Amino acid sequence: MTTTSRWRALTHHHLFWPVAVLVVLLLVNVPFTPDFFSIKMTDGHLYGSLVSIVLFGSPLILVAVGMTLVIATGGIDLSVGAVVAITGALACSYISDQADQSALAGVLLAMGLGLLAAVVCGLWNGFLVARMGIQPIIATLIIMVAGRGVAQLITDGQIITINSEPYKLIGGGYWLTLPFSIFVVAVVVAVTVVLTRRTALGLLVESVGGNAEASRLVGIRSRRIKIMVYVFCALCAGIAGLMISSNTSAADGNNAGLWIELDAILAVVIGGTSLLGGRFSIGGTVVGALVIQTLTTTIYTIGVPTQTNLVFKAVVVIIVCLLQSPKFRAKVFSARLGAKSGAQGGGSPSAPAPAGTTAAATEAAPKMEVS
Amino acid sequence: MAEPQPVLQMTGIVKEFPGVRALSGVDFRLFPGEIHALLGENGAGKSTLIKVLTGVHSLDGGTITLDGESVRFASPLQAQQAGISTVYQEVNLCPNLSVAENIFIGREPTRAGRIQWKRMRREAAELVDRLGLDIDVTAPLSSYPLAVQQLVAIVRSVGTGDSVSGGSGTKVLILDEPTSSLDRGEVLELFSLMRRLKEQGVAILFVSHFLDQIYEVCDRMTVLRNGTLVGEHMVRDLDQVGLVQLMIGKALDQLEELHDHQLHSDVGETLLKAEALGRAGGIAPFDLEVKKGEVIGLAGLLGSGRTELARLLFGADQPDSGTVSIGGKQVSMNAPNDAIGAGVAFCSENRKTEGLVPDLTVRENIILALQAARGWTRPIPASQRDELVAKYIKALDIRPANPEARVGQLSGGNQQKVLLARWLITQPKLLILDEPTRGIDIGAKAEIQKLVVSLSEDGMSVLYIAAELEEVLRLSHTIGVLRDRRLVAQLTNGPEITTSRILETIASGEHQ
Ligand SMILES: Nc1ncnc2c1ncn2[C@@H]1O[C@H](COP(=O)(O)OP(=O)(O)OP(=O)(O)O)[C@@H](O)[C@H]1O
Ligand SMILES: [Mg+2]
Repeated sequence: MTTTSRWRALTHHHLFWPVAVLVVLLLVNVPFTPDFFSIKMTDGHLYGSLVSIVLFGSPLILVAVGMTLVIATGGIDLSVGAVVAITGALACSYISDQADQSALAGVLLAMGLGLLAAVVCGLWNGFLVARMGIQPIIATLIIMVAGRGVAQLITDGQIITINSEPYKLIGGGYWLTLPFSIFVVAVVVAVTVVLTRRTALGLLVESVGGNAEASRLVGIRSRRIKIMVYVFCALCAGIAGLMISSNTSAADGNNAGLWIELDAILAVVIGGTSLLGGRFSIGGTVVGALVIQTLTTTIYTIGVPTQTNLVFKAVVVIIVCLLQSPKFRAKVFSARLGAKSGAQGGGSPSAPAPAGTTAAATEAAPKMEVS
Repeated sequence: MAEPQPVLQMTGIVKEFPGVRALSGVDFRLFPGEIHALLGENGAGKSTLIKVLTGVHSLDGGTITLDGESVRFASPLQAQQAGISTVYQEVNLCPNLSVAENIFIGREPTRAGRIQWKRMRREAAELVDRLGLDIDVTAPLSSYPLAVQQLVAIVRSVGTGDSVSGGSGTKVLILDEPTSSLDRGEVLELFSLMRRLKEQGVAILFVSHFLDQIYEVCDRMTVLRNGTLVGEHMVRDLDQVGLVQLMIGKALDQLEELHDHQLHSDVGETLLKAEALGRAGGIAPFDLEVKKGEVIGLAGLLGSGRTELARLLFGADQPDSGTVSIGGKQVSMNAPNDAIGAGVAFCSENRKTEGLVPDLTVRENIILALQAARGWTRPIPASQRDELVAKYIKALDIRPANPEARVGQLSGGNQQKVLLARWLITQPKLLILDEPTRGIDIGAKAEIQKLVVSLSEDGMSVLYIAAELEEVLRLSHTIGVLRDRRLVAQLTNGPEITTSRILETIASGEHQ
């Protein structure tokens, strides 16, 4: 009895399904790559599939974490991919103009410049959404489209390559045996959690997303909050932009962060945050981003033909989303449930149920867990 | 005399929500051509019984028969197609669609697959007319006050059976607290409509916390307490005292107590002064003075501008003329923030769209206003927060008394209490209550009225809006009378002021 109720509590935890999918995806890799879970130490650096998943997933986690807060207010930010490109382009073009590309001061300035541009983009988005009342999807579409153009302008349509040791650290370097970007991600995630849950920001964000009119009448300054989350989201995208350009030591205005907004939105949804706004889960988003990155890795390891890559990804995403829906879960698992209760009914002294009743019972069962 | 067959019979109904047993083995039956009241305290399980019947919730046990056949509806649509029309407690229409569209949504008259807009508008106008309503069916629903929206929901459900083909005709009409924000006039219209339908043989299930209405219109009643059936009686066999005793399990005498309480007389200096405050289309410019510790009641018919007046005093709508000063200082009322900063609180009549955040917990909803005032950087310390929340859950008897429960899962009356708690916790100087007892059961209603009295004794000013004139009269020092979006009179309460005197003032619309 207690074990079943504990199992129930576990399966009802909001992180249960995302984590379950992540574990399954990881296990799928084992037959194809037997040493999938092993981690080796080479030259004082840890290597292994798990480390690479986190390393390559870092930019996505960052972008998705920022996106989570925007979505929680009932908005969406399509411009994050363009912000990634702009930030990388600005930082790299500044560094490439320096006589000594490895000078720390220059690199720090370049990063500051890039992040400043990201913040400006966020302010612009926030201004359009909160002040002008433009639909978020339209408001952020502007930078999504125009931003790539700006990035191209900065790089003169070229791919700028740089050679800077300190800059390389952010996205490609190691620290304490681990990829440095993992620390960056950990810090950003921790800061976000503290910022939203140790203050009242999370509550106010969820309130604005949950019922905007009620929030206004309760005196929440929702404009300010919306501007804050768009700026924060752009800042996260900016850090991701630095990371991506640092990893390749190059700025590619065209391809850096291309389609990352879609992956980020997916990660947020897989993590259990509703696109309608309201309740959000940073932990869920991190798991969601890891699911997507693992999926990408899995596609390579099990050798899905390149042309069916996207179809495969889509199928997995659909399964995850279906699993998130209580209605769907109830439908699928009800067959089993119905059979069980039928068996119990048969054993009890009450009248043997005619076929019609059992059918009705199984039919009604699908909605049992819908709350 | 052999009793006729019930059209609807529910036996041994069980419904469990995680952690709550909402219904445990309830029996209920409904005969054709009767109006049957379903009664019980807030959270007794009335709405849940209706929802398991119509397929909103699944059933965990028991059987339902309709016309002698065993049924189980998987969705509200199925129930409707089987002849059960329902108006749920919370109006769930589309505010941005027109009234006509709302009435016909999902069953628009079509020809060759295309919607016949003209016919739809004409039929909608006819239906609305039958209820004696004077509204423009092409206007968006959101342009009307909650009471009208509630009436539109009723029109929609009544219209299903007789005007539109496709259904088998309404056999059962369910109304879950349809009168909670209606005035006497609309209530009478609704009752005559209900009686007409009853004569046609429709069985009507009626939920209300207004016991007088039950005695006025119902034939039979079923009483629930804590999810169990406590009795089914003919209305003529049980008097109000006996009924209340059945509902709450003990005798209730607080109501009497309140009837002859004395209004306290120590009303202080002026707190708020509005001069020529007005908004085109909302309310004509008015002057109003609220003193410290004073209760001002607003009386008027539906659409007379009571809510609009209150919203201006809170900055919920922007005034386009006039000034407000609070404590002698002029305040610009451009947003609720300004008013809240000056110590004004506003408890909206529309808890669903303007009040609660359904996904947040009871605790979060209760502290929301206080937290918003402190700003996001200064969260209320957890211990203080929990203490405050526990105190108000207890004071208002919110059930279940679980601060972690999602507000959306509470019964209607308990949601209303959460909304009240949210504003009480901010300890405002002026508390504006727009229909604060909407959907609240008779015991809790008396408690809330007593609370208003004691708050005003402690120096809080209250602006009180209620459709029930007795309620306004009982509590207020001053009664503001509104008519046609104009504040036409301010009467000082005294022995010579009666409900009929107020009604006269409303009718004559005399400026005094
Ligand atoms: N979706 C839900 N999830 C969990 N609990 C629920 C849900 N809906 C109702 N309940 C619980 O079931 C009980 C009965 O609620 P119900 O809404 O039927 O009361 P009611 O009699 O209609 O009260 P009221 O007069 O306040 O409208 C309450 O304890 C309520 O908290
Ligand atoms: Mg109810």
